[in-house]
Order: sequence, then C-alpha cells, then structure tokens
Amino acid sequence: MPAGGRRGGEKGDKQVVPQAELTSYYGLPVVKETVWGPDIPSYLFLGGLAGASSVLAAGAQLSGYLELARAAKTGAAGAISLSMAALVHDLGRPARFVNMLRVFKVTSPMSVGSWVLSGYAPLTLAAAASAITGKLPRAGVAATLAAGLLGPVVASYTAVLLGDTAAPGWHEAHRELPYLFTGSAATAAGGLGLVAVPSRAAGPAARLAVLGVAAELTAERLIDRRIGPAAEAYRTGRAGALLRAGQLLGVTGAAGAGAALLGRPSRTAAVLAGAALLTGSAVTRFGVFEAGRASARDPKYTVGPQRERLREASSPPAGAPGSSVT
Amino acid sequence: MSTPEAQRPDRPQQPGAEPDRDHGLDPAARAGHLDHPPRVGFFTDTSVCIGCKACEVACKEWNAVPEDGLLLTGMSYDNTAGLSASTWRHVAFIEQSAVVPRPAGDTWADPAGDDSDGDLRWLMSSDVCKHCTEAACLDVCPTGALMRTEFGTVVVQDDICNGCGYCVSACPFGVIGRRETDGGAHKCTLCYDRLGDGLEPACAKACPTDSIQFGPLDELREVAQQRVTEVQDAGRPEARLYGADPADGIGGAGAFFLLLDRPEVYGLPPDPVVTTRDLPRMWRHAGIAAAGLAAAAVAACRGGRT
Repeated sequence: MPAGGRRGGEKGDKQVVPQAELTSYYGLPVVKETVWGPDIPSYLFLGGLAGASSVLAAGAQLSGYLELARAAKTGAAGAISLSMAALVHDLGRPARFVNMLRVFKVTSPMSVGSWVLSGYAPLTLAAAASAITGKLPRAGVAATLAAGLLGPVVASYTAVLLGDTAAPGWHEAHRELPYLFTGSAATAAGGLGLVAVPSRAAGPAARLAVLGVAAELTAERLIDRRIGPAAEAYRTGRAGALLRAGQLLGVTGAAGAGAALLGRPSRTAAVLAGAALLTGSAVTRFGVFEAGRASARDPKYTVGPQRERLREASSPPAGAPGSSVT
Repeated sequence: MSTPEAQRPDRPQQPGAEPDRDHGLDPAARAGHLDHPPRVGFFTDTSVCIGCKACEVACKEWNAVPEDGLLLTGMSYDNTAGLSASTWRHVAFIEQSAVVPRPAGDTWADPAGDDSDGDLRWLMSSDVCKHCTEAACLDVCPTGALMRTEFGTVVVQDDICNGCGYCVSACPFGVIGRRETDGGAHKCTLCYDRLGDGLEPACAKACPTDSIQFGPLDELREVAQQRVTEVQDAGRPEARLYGADPADGIGGAGAFFLLLDRPEVYGLPPDPVVTTRDLPRMWRHAGIAAAGLAAAAVAACRGGRT
C-alpha cells in the first residue's frame, strides 16, 4: 500500500522494472504474528487487576478502609493465581515453565516479569490468607505493603513485554503502552472495589477508577496521534471495535463511580459500574493485543515506516552515509 | 585471509566500525567465548540462484526438519511460502513482468535472436536466519535457550526452550517459529553440528551455483563487495548488498545477501532495527507509569479525608 518514496532517488536504485504495487512478497507478512493465544491478553488484564489491587489494598490498609483492603487483597490473590495458570497454559511446553527462572535477563521483559511474579504472587497469597483468616495480622500487613510496592511493577512491565517485539503496533506504541496499561489496571482494581464493597466504604476504589479511565483515554489518544501508520491498526477491524467498546465501558463505569462518590447510589448501580469498569479494562487489553496481531499480519505496517525512515535518512545532506542496506 | 584468531585482541575491532560502539564488536567474545574461532556466516548471492531448492532439501535432510504442510500457494514456483519452525531455508520466486533492459552480451539472450522472453525477469533468492550481531530473539529469550555460539551464530537449545514464543514476535525478519508438534521454537542453526567438525552447512554444500557461500564473515564481506561492484559494472546497477553493513539496525547480519531489487520485494524488511535498542526507554516509561499508579492510589486513598 504505502507508495511513498517510490520515485527513486536512492543510490543504485535505477528503475529496472516500472514499479508496480509490489512492496511485499505476495502480500505475505514480513514479521511473524504472535503465537500467543487468548491466555496472554487475559493475563494482561488479570495481572493488571492484581497489581493495581495490591496497590489499592496497601493504600486502603494504611488509611483505614479495612473492608476495601480485604476485598482488594482477595481480588489480587485470585487474579494473580489465574494469571499464573494462564501463563503456564500458553507455553508450548508447559512442563518446563520453571525454566523461566533458569536465568535473569534485563533484556527480556518476560524474564524480569517471571522473577517479579515469583516474588509478588506469594506475597499476595499471604496477604489474602491473613486477611481472610485473621491469623498472623502483622505478617499479613507486611505482606500487604510489600505486595503493594511490587504491584505497580506487575501492572506496568507487561507494556514493555509487548513493546519489545517487532510487531509494529506494539513496538511503535512502546512509549504510550505503559500508561495505558497502568491506567487499565487502575480501572480494573477500582471496578473490583466497587463490586465488592458498599459505596460508603469504596471511596478510594471509585476515585482510582476515575483516574484510571482518564489515563487510559489519554494514552489511547496519544497512540492515535503519535505512533504513525501503525495507529491505524488500533482504529480498524476487531482491535478498533474492542478498543471503542472498552472506552465506552470505561466512561460509563467512571460515571457510575463518580455518582457513587457524590451521592448514595443503589448497591445495584455501583455493582454495575464496577462490572463495566472491569469489563472495559479486559476488553481494552484484548483490543491492544489484537492491534499488535493485525499490525504484524499486514506487511504495509512493517515496510512503510522502514522505507520512509530510509528515505528521510538518505535525502537531507548530500553525501549522507552511503549505507548499503537498501 | 583474515588475521589468525590467536593474534586478535579480546574485543577485536572491525575496520570501519567506531571503536566504542557495540556494532562492530565480535558477538562471540561479548557472549563470553574467549579464544573462539572466527565468526562465520553466509553470503547468499541471489544473482546466481537458479531456484533449484537444493538448499531447502539439504537443510531438511541434514537437520531432520519435519514436514511443514503441503500447500499450493499460487506464488510462482514457491510452495514453501516462508521461513518457519520447520523451514530453515526458503527459496523465493518473484516474477517481474516488464521490459527488462538487457546488458550487452547478456548470456540470457536467445542465440537465435528471439527476444520474446525479454519481458520477464525471474528473481530467486534463498532466505535464511540472519544470525544478527544484535539478535532480538536471543535478547528476549527468558530461559536462555537461545544462545550465541563460539562461531558467533545464534542457536536454540531444544532441551531448554519452554515454548514461550517471545522470540517469534521479536524477530524483525519473521524467521523463527514455534512448532505445533513439539511446542518448541526452532530455526536455522547454521549447521552447528557440522561447524564443529570443520564442515560447511548443508545448504551451502548442496548449492550447485555457489549462490550460498559459507565462510568467515570478514572474508565473505570482502567477497561480497567485489561481487556487487562486478554485477553493477556488468549492467545491473540495481544490485545491492543487504545486511552486510555493521552499522545497520541489527549490527550487521551473519547471513547477508546480494539482491537485485528492493528487500521488500523478496519479503525482507527494508530497514530492520532490533527492538531491544529501545528497551531502556521502555523501562523508563514503565517506571514512570508504575510510579504514577502508586501516586494515583495514594491520592485515591487520601481523597475523601480532607
């Protein structure tokens, strides 16, 4: 599709064949589409829900919202358990999942994430177990606070996981995805709080959800404006539909959360708002996942920007590096 | 001939590369292989490829790579379609139907003077893993299954790979894949087993026209420079090297090519950049976002108090 820069101008690039629309090999993708299945966007959602819930639990614990703290701890433990199951299930060789802890590599966000999770997950389980049983309260609070410190990392590293790939839709959005993902995590954790706890005790959850939705909408807007041609993969197709649905659910849920803060809404209304926030967060993660897949499938997203980069590099000063890449 | 390895400093510098940039550095030395043999690779000269697919067959046979689906693609003589977990050499066929000016004395010309085939140009090219100097697959592998060998090549250790699939999404060339049958990631090993015994890789051995040349990378780069000049002087100014420049986005490929058209025509990315070059910036943004989440939670918990 992108016909930019076709008029030659590059060294040694004489037009031998009148240029047709052939900018790829039979329209086949240049990079491979991810082999990850729905387990991974599910994990993006659940990991975010867990991470932000742990932060919320720590904050609620310290500020005396103990009912909310207990719900958030339980939610974090449940979400991270499901997360781990999804991650192992998605492996090609699940029996070898422990090989994740064979080395530690900062160049591999998945390696970093595996180590963070292996520290974080036991803390959330301990915090939840103590909160539910009432046993070892001091250790429980300590685990809550430690999980609260790791929670933001759990919620944000997954953006680096996607950004550090060759899928144009993910890589080109590597600056914005962390804010979208932490925003989405906050939305989900806030939503869970609204579902689990009566409104009068869920103030922090409602406020966190409103902030989360605002961050999500801002980050999505930035992706749309700043990442170039790959933004189209976020606007169109299944990804576009999912992301629009996520926005609608998020805004609806945030409005419900706002109402819960201002008035005394019915329990049903608060639960519905919370459910909308949770669903919106999940749908957004699936949308981002789909955008990456779609951007890898169509070679125009790979070839177009690279071709443009070469054109820019070769045009300005005469005698620019005579790179032989083309 | 290149300098004997024993006389090289630990971090040999390639001519033309800036000394304090990583690009020209020897990847085997960086990976901790001291006193290693010279870095080896492939120079695939597509101008003499005849599309016989002996490389595809030799690779399959030597490496016992399983069958990867039998399909009729409709893409010229290419029913292999592309590199994957079970295809480590792939011969592309591109039919270009337009008048191709023939250089004087072109041996393709029909001796009888019949020029009726003059409007077809057939490009053939045997693609393979690039064994990048800065290899994204290796960078992102969480288990250490992907490793840098003493020859400077990149190999998957099948007994360690847990099939996470990260390398598949990270490769800027779409080379490595995950095999359905065993769940593991697989790609060209540059015949690691043969190298150890002083043999050249099976594809290069089988290539009848020497389109696939194997050898120390330094030497191959020199050979390729001469060859591209030769082909250009012979009336093919569009000839170009692809992946031969250590200053490119992957630090130069261990397997590079002479092409007769733009890389994307062959299904290759025109300007690949290893994704991990942006990783420091990604971690920075993730750190700021994480701090933002913590701050938001603090604000949310204090909000109702005042």
